[in-house]
Amino acid sequence: MIKRILARIASPVDGWLLFFTLIIFSVSMVLLFSASNQSTEKLVNKSTFLAIGLIAMWVVANISPQTLGRLALPGYILGMCLLIAVAGFGDIVNGARRWLNLGITRIQPSELMKIAVPLVLAWFFSLYEANIKARHYFAAAIMIAMPAILVLKQPDLGTALLISAAGFYILFFAGLSWRIIGLLALIGAIGIYIVMDWDRCTQLFHDFQCRRIEVLKNPMDDPLGAGYHTIQGTIAIGSGGVFGKGWLKGTQTHLDFIPERTTDFIFAVYSEEFGLMGNLVLLILYLLVIGRAFIITSSASTLFGRLLAGSITLTLSTYVFVNMGMVSGILPIVGVPLPLMSYGGTSMLSIMICIGLLMSIQRHRKLMKS
Amino acid sequence: MAYTTNANLVLRLQFWRAWLTLGALLVLFLALIGRAVYLQGYQKDFLREQGEARYYRVIKLEANRGTITDRNGNPLAISTPVQSIWASPSDMEPLHASQLALLSKALSVPLEELTRKLADTKRDFVYLKRQMNPDAAQRVLELRIPGIFKQTEYRRYYPAGEHMAHVIGYTDIDNKGQEGLELTRESMLAGKAGSRHVIRDRHGYIVEDVTGVEQPKDGQTLTLSIDQNIQYLAYRELKKAVEENGAKAGGIVVLDAKTGEVLALANMPSYNPNTRAKLDPARKRNRALTDVYEPGSTMKPFTAAAAIESGKFTPLTVINTAPGSMTIGPNTVHDAHPHGALTVEQVIQVSSNVGASKMALSLEREYLWEFFDSVGFGTPPHSGFPGETPGRLRPWKSWRPIEQATMSYGHGISVSLMQIARAYMIFATDGEIRPITFQKLVAPQPGRRVISAETAQALRKMLEMATQPGGTARKAQIVGYRVGGKTGTSHKLDGGSYVNKYVSSFVGMAPISDPRLIVAVMIDEPSAGKHFGGAVAAPVFSQVVAGSLRMLGVPPDAPTQNILLPEPDVPEIKEET
Repeated sequence: MIKRILARIASPVDGWLLFFTLIIFSVSMVLLFSASNQSTEKLVNKSTFLAIGLIAMWVVANISPQTLGRLALPGYILGMCLLIAVAGFGDIVNGARRWLNLGITRIQPSELMKIAVPLVLAWFFSLYEANIKARHYFAAAIMIAMPAILVLKQPDLGTALLISAAGFYILFFAGLSWRIIGLLALIGAIGIYIVMDWDRCTQLFHDFQCRRIEVLKNPMDDPLGAGYHTIQGTIAIGSGGVFGKGWLKGTQTHLDFIPERTTDFIFAVYSEEFGLMGNLVLLILYLLVIGRAFIITSSASTLFGRLLAGSITLTLSTYVFVNMGMVSGILPIVGVPLPLMSYGGTSMLSIMICIGLLMSIQRHRKLMKS
Repeated sequence: MAYTTNANLVLRLQFWRAWLTLGALLVLFLALIGRAVYLQGYQKDFLREQGEARYYRVIKLEANRGTITDRNGNPLAISTPVQSIWASPSDMEPLHASQLALLSKALSVPLEELTRKLADTKRDFVYLKRQMNPDAAQRVLELRIPGIFKQTEYRRYYPAGEHMAHVIGYTDIDNKGQEGLELTRESMLAGKAGSRHVIRDRHGYIVEDVTGVEQPKDGQTLTLSIDQNIQYLAYRELKKAVEENGAKAGGIVVLDAKTGEVLALANMPSYNPNTRAKLDPARKRNRALTDVYEPGSTMKPFTAAAAIESGKFTPLTVINTAPGSMTIGPNTVHDAHPHGALTVEQVIQVSSNVGASKMALSLEREYLWEFFDSVGFGTPPHSGFPGETPGRLRPWKSWRPIEQATMSYGHGISVSLMQIARAYMIFATDGEIRPITFQKLVAPQPGRRVISAETAQALRKMLEMATQPGGTARKAQIVGYRVGGKTGTSHKLDGGSYVNKYVSSFVGMAPISDPRLIVAVMIDEPSAGKHFGGAVAAPVFSQVVAGSLRMLGVPPDAPTQNILLPEPDVPEIKEET
């Protein structure tokens, strides 16, 4: 009886994916203990987030891709409504209108869109699987642009870019023409050219966004303002050296120099205490998760599954790269958490749902084939 | 299976793209590793330094500067703890206008000044306000503005104010001696600052000490030879005399005749060392030690002593001073009042220039120079004070006869007030001279014999005669004690020639039977009518000696009414040299 229940519980779960996920989570718990100045409260909270995340993952893994496909459009429409609601009467926190007060709790609809956009696009392309035309890409582009523009207006450039990226990965895997990709690359290059210069940048973006680019070029211009995060991040990472200062011994961490040290900048804490070797280990762990996701992607039997899994794989990689890139000072500061490592319920939940999606695709591949 | 072909095409296409993506991902991850290697390998040391610069601080712990007291333990310079507020702009986030306003008010520093100081974000130490009282400093800290700290410092306070300014001197805001004994005894008074090596967090709170705290070593107490009561009295009398006579400046030195300790030293004009905001540098001069003047007739006792010691004269040897002038080559020496034949004693009593000149000219130049040199003229007194003058005693080989003559009555030779006071020690101590000191002595330093006890006693008798009827310094007398001394009134040199400006002085000792005190008074350019040393300087001597002897509990050597007044019809003897 118990065996059967366990088997039922285990049946939708992909063992490797869960295993790698839990290893990263364990590392993150050890690190959080140090980063939070030994706060057990945060450890308990994070475990709770994981528990909720695991349940969500399990539930999502049990849902078949067909059902996911059916939920995609309603989910996307709901997300759009919420984004419009935020634009209308959302709460302003730190100068940006991102939160929607539902009475019970506050939510950030842009987080939802990070999943809803790839989901709806994967569903959309799978509708026209045999016969994808240029107009479909165009329609898909509009479906990406609408939420992205709303999020950009909040303003939240980072999330807007991540939503766009998640959507673009679907287009890419759906066979978007290289000419279009080349064009987009050109636009991207022009965009980078624009933001690299202060005067050009401020005509298109907010001052505070442009300042992040400026300080990336020379953080010491504003060591206590916009450059503070970058400087402290690189100092912490660099002073870790090859083998790190040791667990609980990171001076920059424990003297409160690293900002957001349990959330977005937890990688700086990790790097200071565990050094270059620790970084290699962490990168390998992430590569294992990504590799497993890649295998799931390539063995998916439907276009929907392949597109969704591929987008999720690349989105996870993007998060890891962008977070580590900004902490180590090669990318501008955008609010992107490090998957599984950063403290925070929303981030944990969305990552676990993504993993649940991957598991659902993996589990149902054979059923689909027949 | 109609869609198979198409689907396979899509599948193949996707695989191609998938591998491409995987490759791109690896490139990005390699970039991350490259960055990590750059930061953690190549830039490690630099970044560690940068980190350390943000949390490692050395905090100076001020040592308490030693107290200066007078010989009886009364404090003359004391340090009281005060708080200085400083900021570390490089660690601070910009303050809100409201915080700035509160801070400005709590510090009572203008807003603009505060903003300017905090704007220099490259500095990690800037004083916002120094030497606040501890309560006010606490109120500033209670604003809880990160990056603002206090530091304990010591503020120097001089209870004796202007009375003692020239002796004590003062310190600057960093507690470094700038003048007087605060400067010369710096190493003893300053002590040694300690330090703490600490780790501070981002908000500036000290998290831990890296090494042991190096405790500051407080400075030592400096006990001076000065007697505060005598000093007050001396300053008060000097000030009164300078003001009454409309003089430009003045000085007074009180020595313990037996030990060479300086019991009082005062100058006019003086200043208040506690408030030195707009201080005229001229007021800071310790004239008694740094300035020279021509001593005039106060030199004559040395001429007489040298003459007696040479064996060519006795106190009763008669010298003809008629007709009250004497020609030496193209020059003439004059007496103010012509006398006839005078004994050596009388030469001193009536202060005859001709008599002194004749004595001097009968002696060898070299002998006279050696004598002057042996009582300290031409050499700094080495009292341990900055800027002491050696005075001016030219080498004997260049003396012309007229110079040898004028030197005998104190012209053509320059001394400081301290030098002449010290030189009189040979008469007070039965012939020995001792170094002078500002530090309280446990036992007197060994003296050096200059003249015989008999000569010294003979000179004391002459000095006493000078204060009695028939002498020049009747106004030096005091009730209950016998005194002795010599007046001096010298023309001032201005551009190489003598002009009608005077330096009036008096050097004397009491009680004359066994001298305990030597007092030298000098009044520079009296302009209120009187200018003779006997009229201007002698009364100061009288007041100071009378008060001091009583304060020291010296038994009177003339218990009855001893003031001797001249016969009504006898003209008062005045000297003018």
